[in-house]
Amino acid sequence: MPRLNSIEQLEKLRAACIAGSDVKRPCLTVCAGSGCSAAGAEDLLTALRKAVDKVGMQEKIDVKSTGCHGFCERGPVMLVWPEGTFYNRVTAASAADVVASVCNGHKPVEKLLYKDPVSGKKCLTEEEVPFYARQTRVLFANNGRIDPKQITDYLRVGGYASVGKVLGGMTPEKVVETVTKSGLRGRGGAGFPTGMKWSLCRANGKPNGHGDIERYIICNADEGDPGAFMDRSLLEGNPHSVIEGMIIGAFALGAKQGFVYVRAEYPLAVKHLGIAIKQAEELGLLGDNILGTGLSFRIRLVQGAGAFVCGEETALIASIEGRVGEPHPRPPYPVEKGVFGKPTVINNVKTWASVAHIVNRGADWYSAIGTEKSKGTMVFSLVGKINNTGLVEVPMGITLHEMIYDIGGGIPNGRSLKAVQIGGPSGGCIPADLVDLKIDYEQLTQAGSMMGSGGMVVMDDSTCMVDVARYFMEFLEEESCGQCFPCRQGTQEMKAILTRICEGRGKEEDLDILQDLGWLMKETSLCGLGQTAANPVLTTLRYFRNEYLAHIRDEVCPAKVCKKLIMYEISPTMCDGCGACVKVCAGTAILGEKDHAHKIDQAKCTKCGACLEVCQPKAVLVS
Amino acid sequence: MPKLRINGISVEVEPGTTVLESIRFLGLPIPTLCHDDGLRDIGACRLCVVEVSMAANGRTRLLSACTLPAQDGMDVRTNSATVQKARKLLLELYVATCPQSKRIQDLASEYGVRQCRYDAHNENCIQCGLCVRICEQQMMAGAIGFSGRGHHRRVSRPFDITSDKCRQCGACLYACPVCELRCQASTATTALCSGCLNFAPVCFQSYDDAMCFLEPCHACELTGPIRSEIPIKKLKKALSS
Repeated sequence: MPRLNSIEQLEKLRAACIAGSDVKRPCLTVCAGSGCSAAGAEDLLTALRKAVDKVGMQEKIDVKSTGCHGFCERGPVMLVWPEGTFYNRVTAASAADVVASVCNGHKPVEKLLYKDPVSGKKCLTEEEVPFYARQTRVLFANNGRIDPKQITDYLRVGGYASVGKVLGGMTPEKVVETVTKSGLRGRGGAGFPTGMKWSLCRANGKPNGHGDIERYIICNADEGDPGAFMDRSLLEGNPHSVIEGMIIGAFALGAKQGFVYVRAEYPLAVKHLGIAIKQAEELGLLGDNILGTGLSFRIRLVQGAGAFVCGEETALIASIEGRVGEPHPRPPYPVEKGVFGKPTVINNVKTWASVAHIVNRGADWYSAIGTEKSKGTMVFSLVGKINNTGLVEVPMGITLHEMIYDIGGGIPNGRSLKAVQIGGPSGGCIPADLVDLKIDYEQLTQAGSMMGSGGMVVMDDSTCMVDVARYFMEFLEEESCGQCFPCRQGTQEMKAILTRICEGRGKEEDLDILQDLGWLMKETSLCGLGQTAANPVLTTLRYFRNEYLAHIRDEVCPAKVCKKLIMYEISPTMCDGCGACVKVCAGTAILGEKDHAHKIDQAKCTKCGACLEVCQPKAVLVS
Repeated sequence: MPKLRINGISVEVEPGTTVLESIRFLGLPIPTLCHDDGLRDIGACRLCVVEVSMAANGRTRLLSACTLPAQDGMDVRTNSATVQKARKLLLELYVATCPQSKRIQDLASEYGVRQCRYDAHNENCIQCGLCVRICEQQMMAGAIGFSGRGHHRRVSRPFDITSDKCRQCGACLYACPVCELRCQASTATTALCSGCLNFAPVCFQSYDDAMCFLEPCHACELTGPIRSEIPIKKLKKALSS
């Protein structure tokens, strides 16, 4: 494709892209995000292409692989355009049916439609599915429509329009003012106002010999929280939106070089972003003299090496510079001294992507969404014990109740909600009583949790909160960089104490020690990881103290999770002697002959729970 | 020239001075384990945390003084209740990590740590990084560094083989705040338990209030009659020379 030398040429190309695509032409878009790929999206794509070939319609029907549509629970999912028919759990075997329906006047394939479990109604389009209907999709709006590997697709849906707008007549000051006015706050979790960060960065820096001020911008895509995959899905599904935001940032801040720091564990995101950068360079949207306006900006892709702490901004900067990925004390903040000692703005993937939308549609449009202090939409990955696992984009200020019951479809297997863990390992557990809590930065912090990058793990009553706290502490003990003493030693001590409590060896004084340690880590740790590491423990202590006390005083795990405190038994009256449990027991701990009641040898039992799962008459009891 | 207040005292310092240097300039006591005047600070031990409020935003936080550049309008408190609590909890954790260190012992005693609620780990390193930094920044060798992460982190050599960059100068040993004064006494002159100097009769452990986290040093292990044969004055003289 020829290089674009002016904004007019960009608009011409967009017009050509729109004209070149027939809106009435059938198009099958299959989600090829990580979740659907795991469920067999690749096979489905191949089968669809084959089926289209078979009916000889390859000239008339498009088959596209797109980024994540969000409804991972029902994967693989696909959409049939132009109607936007939504199919879920589509297997390769159904590919021929889908193609046949498209050929025969778009009569939907009944068996692939989503059935609302509450009303029993079949939903034809995404808008009718309750999971999507309650969302406000801004960042993820185009994920189901465009092929992330085609810049023309992005241009067709209005991509890079904001770059044209900014370069065509806005001053850098005006851009910063727009971002400030929109009320956008950092989507990485801490919620620092983005506009303020940009102004602070602009105020710093000394001109070099050529009279230029060297500044850098970074996109933080080192998403490491267990259960979080928003940044990943955005980079996989719409990488150009992030690049677009960064070009605007480069213009506003006078940066000539940008970095995207992605985890190496996200190969698809790395691949798609790499393709997107290359395409943008070919079109002249990155490089020297962008769109003939004299702006120079390049993006380098840097891959992380698997350290959770590198998501912390100073550690990330050290890693980009080629040093050990360990945090540094702030101040000086990156806006004063960042990469190579120069003023640097570092923002999350979703923040950069939001910038393009804000510039395009105006600050007022953005600030109308959300609450007084938290504006715009936030993307959550809804996982755990919930019916509708997936990616959810909602306006700030939505209640937890709406999130879990209306969008998430409630808790499976008739169990009840116990807690929601928000914000990854640095976040906290919010109990079921606070289900009417509005989700925004202030309310979550007040409840002892934090927004974090947006992981949301739902837990039901079969979850032991002490065990949850222990799990997160184990994760953080491994991921603490070990540089500063309170974080390194504190996580170790906390894990030791929690393990002790889980094994029934805890003392009541341990709770005071946990409280003290939590306070110490929060107040004195060097970086954000240590300062927030105690949150899971402190919140569970605050809301589920009784559960801790049950472990300590009564040596009982109320949720029947902690192995040292539970015992498996077979009820002699309920057991029908089928022998199913004997077969699955790896430790040969189950004794007894066929048609006679079985018995568990406690000395051999490893409490794996395999017998519990296979027992039809529910004779295996946990006490 | 930044002008700041430390414990209510106004002080004006050269630009680039850290808060720790400003505090020490005023002669106020502040504990440190990872600071050395000739080395770049990394803020690892966190013992020098002070309560800082900025006039600009009114927020009060605990920050490590050694890595904090003195800024105009800072209000620093080195001995507030929060600072004392943090120091005490930190030192308690330090005592659990390296119970045999004389330096940590003394600090714990000085800042009123009267109990240790954790199991002793008997590690011989608190990873203050002084050895690594002195090797790199003063000896210009860079023969040692950190490897691993979290609780696997340790001071080590490349591939665990002594590097030919190492001149065996011993600076690392000199810099170490923890192992340097490990009591390895077989003779009274190298006995380093301060109890021998400050108390008579000698052994610390016979006092309820005073605490000794050390394994009894040679001098302490000596039984009464033998102990009394060591003249305290002579011992003091031997140690001070």
